[in-house]
This record gives sequence, structure tokens and C-alpha cells, in this order.
Amino acid sequence: MNAMADSYVTEDGRTIGGVLMDLREITLRFGGVEAIKNISFDIREGEIRAIIGPNGAGKSSMLNVISGFYKPQEGEVYFRGALRPAMKPYQVARQGIARTFQNIALFEGMTVLDNIMTGRLNYMKAGIIKQAIWKGAAEREEIENRAHVERVIDFLDIQAIRKTPVGRLPYGLKKRVELARALAADPKLLLLDEPMAGMNVEEKEDMSRFILDVNDEFGTTIALIEHDMGVVMDLSDRVVVMDYGRKIGDGTPDEVRGNQEVIDAYLGVAHD
Amino acid sequence: MSTDFLYLVEVLINGLMAGVMYSLVALGFVLIFKASGIFNYAQGVMALFAALTLAGIMEGQVPFAHIINAILGTNIHHFGWHVPAVLAILMTIVVMVGFAWGVQRFVFRHLVGQEPIILFMATIGLAYFLEGVGDLMWGSDIKTLALGLPQGGSRWLEDMTVGWGGDDFYGFYIDKLDMVATIVAILLVASLIAFSQYTKHGRAMRAVADDHQAALSVGISLNFIWILVWSLAGFVALVAGIMWGAKSGVQFSLSMIALKALPVLMLGGFTSIPGAIVGGLIIGMGEKLFEYTVGSLVGGATENWFAYVLALLFLVFRPQGLFGERIIERV
Repeated sequence: MNAMADSYVTEDGRTIGGVLMDLREITLRFGGVEAIKNISFDIREGEIRAIIGPNGAGKSSMLNVISGFYKPQEGEVYFRGALRPAMKPYQVARQGIARTFQNIALFEGMTVLDNIMTGRLNYMKAGIIKQAIWKGAAEREEIENRAHVERVIDFLDIQAIRKTPVGRLPYGLKKRVELARALAADPKLLLLDEPMAGMNVEEKEDMSRFILDVNDEFGTTIALIEHDMGVVMDLSDRVVVMDYGRKIGDGTPDEVRGNQEVIDAYLGVAHD
Repeated sequence: MSTDFLYLVEVLINGLMAGVMYSLVALGFVLIFKASGIFNYAQGVMALFAALTLAGIMEGQVPFAHIINAILGTNIHHFGWHVPAVLAILMTIVVMVGFAWGVQRFVFRHLVGQEPIILFMATIGLAYFLEGVGDLMWGSDIKTLALGLPQGGSRWLEDMTVGWGGDDFYGFYIDKLDMVATIVAILLVASLIAFSQYTKHGRAMRAVADDHQAALSVGISLNFIWILVWSLAGFVALVAGIMWGAKSGVQFSLSMIALKALPVLMLGGFTSIPGAIVGGLIIGMGEKLFEYTVGSLVGGATENWFAYVLALLFLVFRPQGLFGERIIERV
């Protein structure tokens, strides 16, 4: 399945495990347009995997296939060693795949705390009757999950805005709250859709640090999309490069940087 | 205290009680509108249908007796038993949940992502369909709801207050049923708010109301939440149906109370539960007060139009209602 050894240790001492998600020969069409053309790659446990490419390369489509928002016409998705049947996005989320969105999808009318608590919904098992009566198990669950959420809030340094309605926050903080909500779910795979889009340099540095810390402290596997190549190269263990729906490069940042096709794509060399 | 002032107070109290009834209906609209953006024209018919079903079950009526008799040539009408009120209410709730599931499964699941006007048209269709089904199932005759709710004015309150005014003041006349309705409405709203604020499903409901995509990404099934919301709206409809039905009998004109809820929504805003309550109270009080003070000058019957004119004024000066979300268009 994968040429590399089952697990290895990186230079900075993190352990990268076996294949967590394997995408095989994925093709996605919108009408006559092929957004993704026969792409295969895998994501290994514990790594930061980036998908990069110029605008319109099909990166977001790829992320939407992984999170179940789009259904590919061809190809197979293997998650934790098993073939994933056709699933709705909420079912994919319940399998332990959390995500953020390019254009931020938060619950604007709810507080930061409530937003992040929604990330814990799938850990709350008390049924609807039990919930309505609000006793015993339901109460205990709420407290446990609340404690977990508070840890995420501390980790991302957003204690000061816990009770603020999300709609009032500036853009950079919204991005952070969205990350917090995804993290609260304790995901096995965390998908970040352009986590640094629209940020200033300082905010980008903050976000980079958070991504590295999340990966380091919780061992969370992260797949992220960026079109800013510089940021990605510093962050990720391996990079997939897409252009016009095709995969044109796959490997460590250094390998990808030296790839002629990748250089052409980014410099805008005409296609044959 | 002067007699005139005391009568004014009585009018206001009665207005508040009438307003509670309007609030009950408006509440059902707000629940569905918030979570799915659907303006449910069928809310009034749902109240009628719930009340019909409750009355039918209690009297031991055979559902669809007309069709059964026509096809099989039999002549059955009643099972011959009477179901106790509590059990009948539980059974009606089951029917309303089944209705919610059916609506989601057979109508709105196929209309996801359609224009609001299409969804609205679908609810108009739903309203007439449900009215027809109600007629077929339970017949079109006026039924009484024998729930044992107190009726008539409260003698106790009259006796208590009779000494307050002069010789021509006979004490406050307040309908006991209105008082029960008020208490029930307060309990209902308190439990709805507690449900949406403090439970898992309530949180999921608010999440869906806010952003569908984000809700999906944290593992919330939109389908489930919509069934839940329609069930809650069905339950609110049942409560409204019981109260209105107990007051004026279960008859098909009951479905028209939906129209009275419209001005309430204009005042309170379509997305606010407290708004529905306050809006209902203002309309109830306003129309009674207006009738009492101005009514005699313009020939009376102002209650028929007062609410709509007030709503029109709100539309002009504060289109989002008292508590609705501000409409801000960013350019």
C-alpha cells in the first residue's frame, strides 16, 4: 500500500505511524468539469499533511471529499484500514474527522463556549428523554465535556472571550474559535481549509504555532490546505501538490520544492 | 380607587390572557422558522389537527370511520370506550411526532436548498392536506374537549376584589380557563428555553438554526433536528389546540388562529422565542385596550383589524420586530 516503513520518528522527535487515511484514484466531476482527476495519496497517523496548489487546483474539493461534503464519482476512501461506504457529512464527522472552513462556518449567534461545546455533541450519549429531564447521566456528561472544552480554550488562549457571542469577534479570533471547535471533538483527523487565509503576518505566525502545538501535544493528525507555499513548507511533514485537478507532486517539502512541474505550476508556465 | 381605573385594569388583564393564546400559536411558527427558515403556514391547522385527534381519541372514535364504512359497508363510529385524558394526550403526541417525521421524510427532505417561497408554498399545500386528513379521520362536526379544565369566571377573584371600587364595581371578571392557559404557557416556554439552552439536542437545534454547514461538520444530522423541531412545533400546536379548543370547541375555524399569529410575529420578530411571547401579550393587551377606549367612538369591532394595523406600523418603522435579528446588509 505504501512504500514507506510502517512508522518512523521525525527529526524533531515525533512519531509518525501507519496509514490513517488512504485515498485511491479519486475522480470528482461537476457536470462536465473534472475538479479532481484520478488522484491518490495517503495521510499517516500523527503527521501534518499539506495539500497545496494555485487557485482553482481542486484543493478544497479534495478536502470536501475527505469530509464527505462531496461524493466522488470514482475512487475509494479508506479510513483506519477499512473501505468507507458512501456517507453523509455528519456521519463522517462522527467517525472522528473534524474540519474548519475557508470562509469560517461558526454559529454566529452563540457564545464562544457554546460554539466549542457543539464539538463535543457526539460524546454526549444521553438520549432525548434523559436530556429533557436533565438528571444524572446527562448532567455528569455535560460537566465532563465542559472540562474538556475548557482545556481546549486554555490551549488556544481564548479564555478572555469565552462568553462573547461569536458574531462580535474579529476575523483572526473567529478562525481560532473554529479551530477550537474542531479540536474539542478530539478528532482522529483534523482538516483545515486555508487556516491562514486573510490573516496578517502576526496572526499567521500565531496560527502556525497553534497547528504545530496541536500536532505535538495531542498527536493529532492534520491535513491542511494552503496556497501560500512558504508557510506550508515550514509546517508540514509531507506535501501533495495539485494543479488543474491533477496531482503533480507528492513528498517532503524539500522533494516538492525541487520538482520542476511544481515550480512551473507556481510560476504559471503554459500547459501543453 | 376609581371605578373607571379598575375597569381599565380588568381590560388589561383580560388582554394579557388573550395575548397568551396568540403567543402559543406564534411560538410554533418561531420554532420551525428559526431552525429551517420555513414559514409554516400549516401551524394553525396543526393545532386544529392535534385538537381533533385528542378529542377523537378521548371519545373512542374510529379514525377514518367514513371511508371504512363506505368501502366495507359497515356502520362503525366508536370503539365504545373512553380514553383517559393523560393517555389520550400522550397518544396525540405520538401522532404529532409521526406527522413531523412524515413531513420531513416525504416533503421537506426533497426540497432542501429550495427558495423560501417554494418552501412556503409547500406548507400551504401541507395545511390543506392536513385539514383534509383531519376531516377524513375524525369527521367535520364540532367536538368538545372534556379535559376537565375549569371554565367560567373566577368567583374567588370577584369576591376578593369586589370591595375595591365604588358601588357600581362588581370585582374583576377573569376567565379561569385563561388563567390555566397562562400557567401552562409559562411552563411550556420555560421548559422550551431550558431545553434549547441546556441540553445536547437543544444546543444542536440552535447550531442548525445558525449555520447548516457548520452543524454538519460537527456531526449533527440536519434531518434528525428538523424532525425534532417539527415534533416540538406539533407539541406546541397541541397545547394551543387544547386551550383554544377548550375555549370555543374544536371546530375547523380553529385553523384561522394562525392568521392572528402573523401580527404577533411581525411585532416579536420571526426568530425570537421571547419575542413571540411579548408580541402576543402586546397584541392581546393592545386590542382589548383599543376596543375599550377608542372602540365605541368608531363603532366597535376594532379587534378584527387592530392587530394588523399595529403590525403594519411595525413593518414600516421596525421591520425586524422587537427582538428579531437586525437586518444589516454589508456593502
